[in-house]
Amino acid sequence: MTTHVQDFLAQARVVTRDLRHRGLIQTALRKYETARDRKKAAFNDWQSARQAAAETKWDAINHLDTYLAEFADKMEARGTQVHWAGNAAEAREIILGIIRSKGARSIIKSKAMTAEEIHLNDAMEKAGYEVVESDLGEFIVQLRHEPPYHIVFPAMHLTRDDINELFQKELGSASTREPEELTMIARRALRRKYITADVGITGANFAIAETGMISITENEGNARLTAALPKTMITLVGIEKVLPKLEDLALFLPMLATAGAGQTITGYNTMYGGPRQPGECDGPEEYHVVLLDNRRTELLADPEQRDALHCIRCGACLNVCPIFKNVGGHTYGTTYSGPVGSVITPHLRGLQDWKHLSGSSSLCGACTEACPVKIDLHHHLLRNRRNAAFGEPSFFERLAYRLFAFVINRPGLYRFAKEAGRLTEPLQKLIRNTPLDPARAWTGSRDLPPMPEQSFKEWWEERR
Amino acid sequence: MTGREKILGRIREALTVPAPHPGAHDAHGGQAPHTSFKGRPVHVARGWMPPGGDTFEEQVVRFRAASTELKTDFRFVGSRDEAFTELARIRDTEGWKSVATHRAEQPSAAAASLGLPVIHTDEGYDVDALESCDVGISGCDVLVAQTGTVVVTNRSAGGRALSVLPPHHVVVATRDQLVRDLTAAFARVQETYGTGYPSMISFITGPSRTGDIERILVLGAHGPKKLTVLCW
Ligand code: SF4
Repeated sequence: MTTHVQDFLAQARVVTRDLRHRGLIQTALRKYETARDRKKAAFNDWQSARQAAAETKWDAINHLDTYLAEFADKMEARGTQVHWAGNAAEAREIILGIIRSKGARSIIKSKAMTAEEIHLNDAMEKAGYEVVESDLGEFIVQLRHEPPYHIVFPAMHLTRDDINELFQKELGSASTREPEELTMIARRALRRKYITADVGITGANFAIAETGMISITENEGNARLTAALPKTMITLVGIEKVLPKLEDLALFLPMLATAGAGQTITGYNTMYGGPRQPGECDGPEEYHVVLLDNRRTELLADPEQRDALHCIRCGACLNVCPIFKNVGGHTYGTTYSGPVGSVITPHLRGLQDWKHLSGSSSLCGACTEACPVKIDLHHHLLRNRRNAAFGEPSFFERLAYRLFAFVINRPGLYRFAKEAGRLTEPLQKLIRNTPLDPARAWTGSRDLPPMPEQSFKEWWEERR
Repeated sequence: MTGREKILGRIREALTVPAPHPGAHDAHGGQAPHTSFKGRPVHVARGWMPPGGDTFEEQVVRFRAASTELKTDFRFVGSRDEAFTELARIRDTEGWKSVATHRAEQPSAAAASLGLPVIHTDEGYDVDALESCDVGISGCDVLVAQTGTVVVTNRSAGGRALSVLPPHHVVVATRDQLVRDLTAAFARVQETYGTGYPSMISFITGPSRTGDIERILVLGAHGPKKLTVLCW
């Protein structure tokens, strides 16, 4: 059995050398960056707006008990059934229970990262239901039996040719290189599914406490259809998605669109507050909201990193991250990748198993700067490293530091070590990146900087 | 103990230790001043958002710019009759054969003016019949100048499906429905419905779109391929 860190290293090694992959990601993200910068410039003051968003989320998360209760009460008042799932297994059971009780056969889904998090599709398929992803990107990766590559752009790693090949094989469609044609193939394949599906499952971007509504952001209209046609609708939402007031969306909708995709506002932002009400002509007869904890409360209990729960999953931090751009989304092996994934995964799935993600960062801070809700991402990576080292100190690391401290505190010994280093330097070149090389982990992909001709101390003494 | 009590209990316990205010890390470890907002942050932030225009004329210009950037066909005309003439023109170029709308003054008048078979969704409808209509004509609540957005609810726009199932969505609006920005739009929604909210409120900006294939824009991913806003 390989460990997560071995998987990560092995895959990273492959992906970083894949020039085709690099080209794809770079083109896509360059387009994103230009669009985002243009939209940011349309704000009168983007930085202050970020602060306002951070304050609003701070209020929401630090009074989560009150707001969540308010949200649930308001939802229930209009006939929604609200369920509380402590962990992934509970959430799956609740959802399967609803599907079973409805005697449903086919299920249509719109994009939901929470569903990925609890491996809902697997569970439903194992239970014998037909599940279809309706978001185009998700539909594509579902056909490939792959997890989404990116939390906002699930099929970013594929070219039109890959998709064409896939559609020919899986859907028996005619060959085409036109993105428009390909989209229409998916549109036709999915239209019937909406109409015949018994249950529609969605995620949510926000949960509004004041009015008891969830808000879904999307461009394609697939969530709109998912919430309009099937008789039963289920929304799976993380407890951290709460916003205090409806009007807060006036701030968050443009910020999410700008940071996430370089849009002024996303195509459809839709608030749902219950099943079909008396006097309404369509919509689901039953509406279920499943609130998911799944260790979010453990992150909440860490005041230092609590702000990681402010995340609105815009994906901006992924888009600017040099690590993400090099290793790609699948290498992380997690539901949430990129900087935010590296910060929260150790909390959600175990620090020691996932600490390597916090280690694989250049700490450049690009993520923190990009984040529309000002999460202190790159410092949280450092905090995870610190916590991991405290929790399970490494014997060799400690030995190395002890040795270092011992030497550096003894000037004579230090000078000796320095001279020894200088003398053996040519030797190091010979054994470089071989099993004999003590610095192999470093020299495998980097050059060891040469020793300077003159040390600072020598230089200082000379000048005096 | 119920699931609700369990989770709320865990939250309360977690929150016994306070967290630093946002932006504290700006001061690189030091204690950063907490920018306290007078009033809710969203109100203060209103002035920092993309502008929506102060006068009605400015707002029309903004709405046009923002909505056409997202491929909305926006037609601002002098009167209802002119709007219906525009509509007939689109009918002819696109060769519409059937229309769906709902029982509200302006949308149903618009649909009736076309002289085509009409489905009214609020009288009960067959999904397949609605799906095969060439156009859905609906009313709306608000037009947002700042973002080029049309706000509909299932009450003002004939249910949840009418505005998203037919391949062309036509919105009819009157000029008093145009507001400056999203904040004003939410205020208008709250004013209109009080606490008796409809079960769906949708902020629509442009026709259905996707960029999932090589980030190339394609219209009509699942919802309408065209969105027309007729305003007088
Ligand atoms: S951490 Fe910030 S930038 Fe990253 S996805 Fe979340 S909100 Fe967006």
